[in-house]
Amino acid sequence: VKEWSEFAVVNHSVPRGDGIAKVTGSAIYTSDMVVEHMAWAKVLRSPFARARILSIDISAAKNQPGVVDVLTGDMLKGLHPYYGHGVKDHPLIAIGQVRFVGEPVAAVIAEDELTAQEAVGKIAVEYEELTPILDVDTALAPGTPRIHETDFADGAFRGFDDFPGASGNICQAVHVEWGNVDAAFAAAAHIAEGEFYFPMVYAYAMEPYVAIANYEAKGHLTVHSSAQHPFMVRHDLAQVFGLPLNSVRVIVPYIGGGYGSKSYTKIEPLVAACSWKSGRPVKLQLSVEEAFLTTRGDDARVRIRTAVDANGQLVARQATIHLNTGAYAENSPMVCRKAANRIVGPYRIPNVKIDCFAVYTNTVPASSYRGLGGAQVTFPGESQIDELAEMAGCDSVEFRLKNLAQCRESIHPGMRPIDADVPGDVLEAARMLRMDRPLAPGHGRAVCCSASDAGAHPVTLAMVQVYADGSVSVLSGSTEIGQGSHTILTQIAAEEMGVPLEKVRLVGSDTAVTLFERSTGASRTTTLMGRAVLESCREAIAQCKVMAADVLKVSTDQLVQVRGGIRCGDIRMTWPQILEKYFQMEGCSIIGRAYLRKAGDLTLVPVFWEIGVVGVEIALDEETGSITLDSLVTIGDVGLAIHPAMTEGQDLGAATMGLGAGLFEELIYDGQQLMNGTMLEYRVPRFSDIAGNIEMKLVQNRDGVGPYGAKGGGEGAVNPVSPCIANALRQATGVRIRRLPLTPERVWKALQEKKTQGLL
Amino acid sequence: LNGKLANLEIEPRETLAEVLRGRCRLTGVKLSCEAQVCGSCTVLVDNLPVSACTFLAYEVRGKRVITIEGLADGEGRLHPLQQAFLDHFAFQCGFCTPGMILAAKALLDEKPEVTDAEIVAHMNGNLCRCTGYLPILKAIRQAASELRRQK
Repeated sequence: VKEWSEFAVVNHSVPRGDGIAKVTGSAIYTSDMVVEHMAWAKVLRSPFARARILSIDISAAKNQPGVVDVLTGDMLKGLHPYYGHGVKDHPLIAIGQVRFVGEPVAAVIAEDELTAQEAVGKIAVEYEELTPILDVDTALAPGTPRIHETDFADGAFRGFDDFPGASGNICQAVHVEWGNVDAAFAAAAHIAEGEFYFPMVYAYAMEPYVAIANYEAKGHLTVHSSAQHPFMVRHDLAQVFGLPLNSVRVIVPYIGGGYGSKSYTKIEPLVAACSWKSGRPVKLQLSVEEAFLTTRGDDARVRIRTAVDANGQLVARQATIHLNTGAYAENSPMVCRKAANRIVGPYRIPNVKIDCFAVYTNTVPASSYRGLGGAQVTFPGESQIDELAEMAGCDSVEFRLKNLAQCRESIHPGMRPIDADVPGDVLEAARMLRMDRPLAPGHGRAVCCSASDAGAHPVTLAMVQVYADGSVSVLSGSTEIGQGSHTILTQIAAEEMGVPLEKVRLVGSDTAVTLFERSTGASRTTTLMGRAVLESCREAIAQCKVMAADVLKVSTDQLVQVRGGIRCGDIRMTWPQILEKYFQMEGCSIIGRAYLRKAGDLTLVPVFWEIGVVGVEIALDEETGSITLDSLVTIGDVGLAIHPAMTEGQDLGAATMGLGAGLFEELIYDGQQLMNGTMLEYRVPRFSDIAGNIEMKLVQNRDGVGPYGAKGGGEGAVNPVSPCIANALRQATGVRIRRLPLTPERVWKALQEKKTQGLL
Repeated sequence: LNGKLANLEIEPRETLAEVLRGRCRLTGVKLSCEAQVCGSCTVLVDNLPVSACTFLAYEVRGKRVITIEGLADGEGRLHPLQQAFLDHFAFQCGFCTPGMILAAKALLDEKPEVTDAEIVAHMNGNLCRCTGYLPILKAIRQAASELRRQK
């Protein structure tokens, strides 16, 4: 175990590996790429939420000069056109029917984008409209037809990640239960009960979905994509085209934001099918308006009640969660699982019963959104903790401290005990926010917290290549999505190999070159890929020791490892010297590798608990109902920050995303039509929304299973922001709002209602 | 264009972003909202920031256009804004960064003694989904002070 003082590279805010490229405009994203002989695709989208496709006339489009080919759902013979890692319910293009407004119905492949777009307008589709099923209650009502008429095959990760299936319009159901909630509620001193709603949100990754696919006749498929999880995309593509894994190559350059929205497979099967059909490499660049129609976050209706005993101890929580999952499962089965787990919070609650349902509707498919169900359920959960504190006549911070699980205490039977100091984190946030100061009129303060079972399924494989000139390459299947993985992974390698950071290069992500990494999400990269890189380095060093022993004609236990090499008595040898002496040739390299799986200290789920702790002070303009942030504090309980500045950057970024859903963001449907699917009408946080005072703190107790005791970050701080604002609003005004976002109109109306009631 | 004379044949309908990204391969010009909301396509035309996504290319005839690729000096030394963005980790995915830096340059060229409130007001048309803006504010502050020092 390394002492703090021993870290030369790790735990230092070194320059970003992708920094120069990103400030000079030379960083290449998929949207910037062109390949030889490339054609462009454009997509015709459904104007109906639920309809049968009676006919598609492509003749006029096909005859337009410059058009290479047209693809529709009846031209997929020879392919397995349904994909999905949870449920294989998603056709790569509509087959026979459409299930949401915006679903791809046909694709035109042309010599240039404009021609493709023009030709799209010449395709005539005849539909038979069916009554759309637009909300959860309708979808679940007896007699409502099924959105998917058949049961689909399980995808690769159903079962493997413990998804019990469901049927009808329930895409997924998850039940969590321990203790006896009925008895506990019957005996409780106070019960808070209510219905909450977390809105439909859009992640707005600034680079819209884009992919370039080249299907070569001999059955080799190469895809460049803005995908977060290249290996999951590879899996789906291999299934769709019936190709072996070594014949599907997915390459991910820099990604212009994701926040979950680029996890798993999106447009890649469609683009690959366009290439397969036309015999040309094909690029499909979606616009932001089309990205709005591709993936969104699950909106959630949560009916929840929570109880305390006379001593102010939490005794029970029961919740029924309905997620509006949209037309296809995407990653919502996992959102469903996580929402069910995460609604418990970091508290010790002896009696729990959670029923969570992901429900199909004829709306844009919902999938991962930063925090995977965490934000949706922390809003009701933490709102209700404040409600109970108020009922019990207890300060809300005191109330939390009394009920929060201590480090190593269990919150979910059978799962990993809490590997963080949540009470300490909450206390620190309250101190940073200076909760004891008197409040100005219209101001309110709150601290909220969350615990997310993070890390996803721990299968992470990595390699490092140590070269005979002392340089090192890290081969990682994690994607650089802005979180800084390409920097922190090189830091870990530099630290372990004892070489300067400038000598370490990151290679990835390219499924033909890098080993399997399940995903880049669930805040896992530092913990799992970081650890795999660390173990790869140590394995390479072990090989170097054997080589050095051979060269020096000694046994390996006579060698002492020193920074950048070994010592044997008075002889010192660096890694390059060892390699050169051993191979008797310049220019060689060796590979160290590590295969992490669900074993050893990675057996227990989750890989780690990601703790979110945020405090805010809000200022309310009672005339307009407008809320601004006076102060924001975040605590990152990350075990050890490989790169402190970027770790804090993750907390602030996540909290700002939480602010969006808390105050502004909501996708609005009018009937079957999404009304605000453009950036003119969808309001995300801007420069002027940042808090006047921002303070961030990292807690580094080295209590994680990652490298040097590190744990992940980047999603936790999303979750507590919206309940913080709602609780602070309650403190400022006495008004409790259970529906987000807290727009001026919603707040103003609630204030008027309270005033009216006061007059009565 | 970035300090050099550029002769280009363009279609009247082409936007500046299409010409810069497509014909000139200056892909540091990033396209996102394509509706003048996000600022990611910001370039400088005669030192004023414009949204290249909705600016017709023919309007730059005879004018000076600067993209992110033209910001470092001839010897490859970074502009103080570029350095400050590095120093403050004022980007993550980097997609908004070229537009952010160019919008900030227009401000600092115009107003070397800039207040935080002026930075916020000027930069409100540039969206960033990763950072939460504070690191960008700090970077612009640092660059302003560095530029004043250089003068």
